[in-house]
Amino acid sequence: MNICLPCGVYNTKYAKDMAIVRTRSHWLLLLAGIVLSLGVPVFLNLHWLSWVIETCIIIIAVLGLYFVTGLCGQISLGQAGFMAIGSYSTAILIGQAGFSYWLALPTSALITGCIAVTFGLPSLRVKGFYLAMATLASQFLILWLITHPPLHHLTGGDNGLTTPAPEIGNIVFNSYESWFFVVMVFMWLMIYFAKNIARTRVGRAFVAVRDSDLAAEVLGINVFRCKLLSFFIAGLFAGIAGSLFAPYITRIAPENFSLEKSIWYLGMLVVGGSGSVVGAVFGVVFIRLLQQITVILGPSITHIPIVGPPLANYLGGIVFGMVIIIFLIFEPRGLNHRWQTFKTSYRLHPFSY
Amino acid sequence: MNFFLQLVLSGVMLGGVYSLVALGFVIIYKSSGVINFAQGQLLAIGALVLWTFLSPLGLSVWFGGLLAVICMALLGTLIERLTIRPMTGQSLMAVIVMTIGLASLFDSLMPSIFGADEKSFPRSFPGGGLNAFGLSISYEYLISFLTSLGMVCIFLYFFHRTRLGLSMRAVSDGHDTARSCGIKVGSMFSWAWAIASVSAMIGGGLLGNIVSISPSMTSIGLRVFPVVILGGLDSILGCVLAGPIVGVLEILAVGYADPLTEGGAGEVMPYIIILITLILRPHGIFGRKHIERI
Repeated sequence: MNICLPCGVYNTKYAKDMAIVRTRSHWLLLLAGIVLSLGVPVFLNLHWLSWVIETCIIIIAVLGLYFVTGLCGQISLGQAGFMAIGSYSTAILIGQAGFSYWLALPTSALITGCIAVTFGLPSLRVKGFYLAMATLASQFLILWLITHPPLHHLTGGDNGLTTPAPEIGNIVFNSYESWFFVVMVFMWLMIYFAKNIARTRVGRAFVAVRDSDLAAEVLGINVFRCKLLSFFIAGLFAGIAGSLFAPYITRIAPENFSLEKSIWYLGMLVVGGSGSVVGAVFGVVFIRLLQQITVILGPSITHIPIVGPPLANYLGGIVFGMVIIIFLIFEPRGLNHRWQTFKTSYRLHPFSY
Repeated sequence: MNFFLQLVLSGVMLGGVYSLVALGFVIIYKSSGVINFAQGQLLAIGALVLWTFLSPLGLSVWFGGLLAVICMALLGTLIERLTIRPMTGQSLMAVIVMTIGLASLFDSLMPSIFGADEKSFPRSFPGGGLNAFGLSISYEYLISFLTSLGMVCIFLYFFHRTRLGLSMRAVSDGHDTARSCGIKVGSMFSWAWAIASVSAMIGGGLLGNIVSISPSMTSIGLRVFPVVILGGLDSILGCVLAGPIVGVLEILAVGYADPLTEGGAGEVMPYIIILITLILRPHGIFGRKHIERI
């Protein structure tokens, strides 16, 4: 941790050593980042604005995955399924139970967390691949329950559900421009929470369980409770992401939460570097940018003879698969590791030792 | 009653093919400890490659089949050398994510190479079927089942009697011991992937007679997971027996539960099997029980 400290910064108090924001330039960069991110709607068109909103929502979902997979080491292939629960329970709570959106959001986050714990229960007896299977099964079960009787009357089946625009007082969040601010504020909050939970006793216990569950148990950590807690936090984040997603997309449908999405989220986490919050954010932004680039480049590739036309439609998936494979072989620690190396070398410049 | 028996019979026949595909998965797991999430993709690629040789190129079943076997063996070896070998020494999670990455790469490559439309083999099996005791079974199912059974027997012979098969089992017991006996552990991994690809291809070819051939066959490939979990990850016998069980339960779900749930019960049944197995008996029916507290 201390390697990352800018040179010439010496801590004299423990509190200072533990601070997330350490120096004046950190504060400056952070404030600039927040102001810049909130000012985004001014200079983006509608297409890119919706891209930014979706990216922020995915960042929240992937941060949940960061707890269960990155910190606690339990592979989860069900994050999109958990997001579906968040979205649907928000829509149902507002539509059928008459909740206001701001009450429905925490409620559905809690519901999602509890359901995620239920699917984490097999972690009592199994780990590794077996747990990946349990979460894969949860992904399919959740989507199936949503689209089939007896629940499909509640969820609208394959047609999906609409969510009315949330409002505070006179402000109605019925456009991308207005919803953007809510999502952005939540994203910053969730990043802050994630960063902090990782530094608490619980967060360190997660890491201990990941590195060696036996050693963790010897140290007095209740391993099973820890794993369930990581599932609960993952569910909580997924629930909030899903809840924010519902008013953005207006009509939620099962195909928004397919297994493919879960796999992409896992891939984003791995590409970013699974053990850090910054990595999760980097991974999401990187993959989403690549995806956007393939969408833009897709039509122009059709002019290349023979290989062009067939590849154009599936460019996104091909690039995604290649990126995961290349990262795992050449940079298994992800983008985050590159970023840390860059920061260190920048701070030590011109002395490379 | 007749309806029930009919469903069970179809389920057993279908399950035979599942066993064959799952066998490839177990072979990779046993020899190298790698969980292969791309087995379903290998199945679909195999079926599409075989179709390319049989239908557009018009080769005979035997010659085209032989070429497809060679192609898939090469593909399997290539996958192992290029993507799995560099992962030696990495955590299990990294390897799992690697095969997931491979799966999503193949998912996009397949429709761009072969096209996303549904294809079918030139008719190679006689139409109609057998009728006995009021039950009927089509030749497609029967031949698929018998071929799968034959292939499983060949694999069992291979693993218990041939030098290569015995070497692979030695590798699965312990890499260092196997190496000290003069076995090239690395090339055994390549062989495992080659054999897994070929068995997936044969499974895909057989399924191609029952359902249509398209890149979406990969979803059938996900059925290997309930089979291997139920049978036990490292047990060939378990996977041979679990295939028909999963097949029967799936067909029964289609027959009895689908009218209640408006379809889809057959698709979700395998995952219910996974969850129940994991809760009650995580190491499966025949899997080796690791005594470990977690």
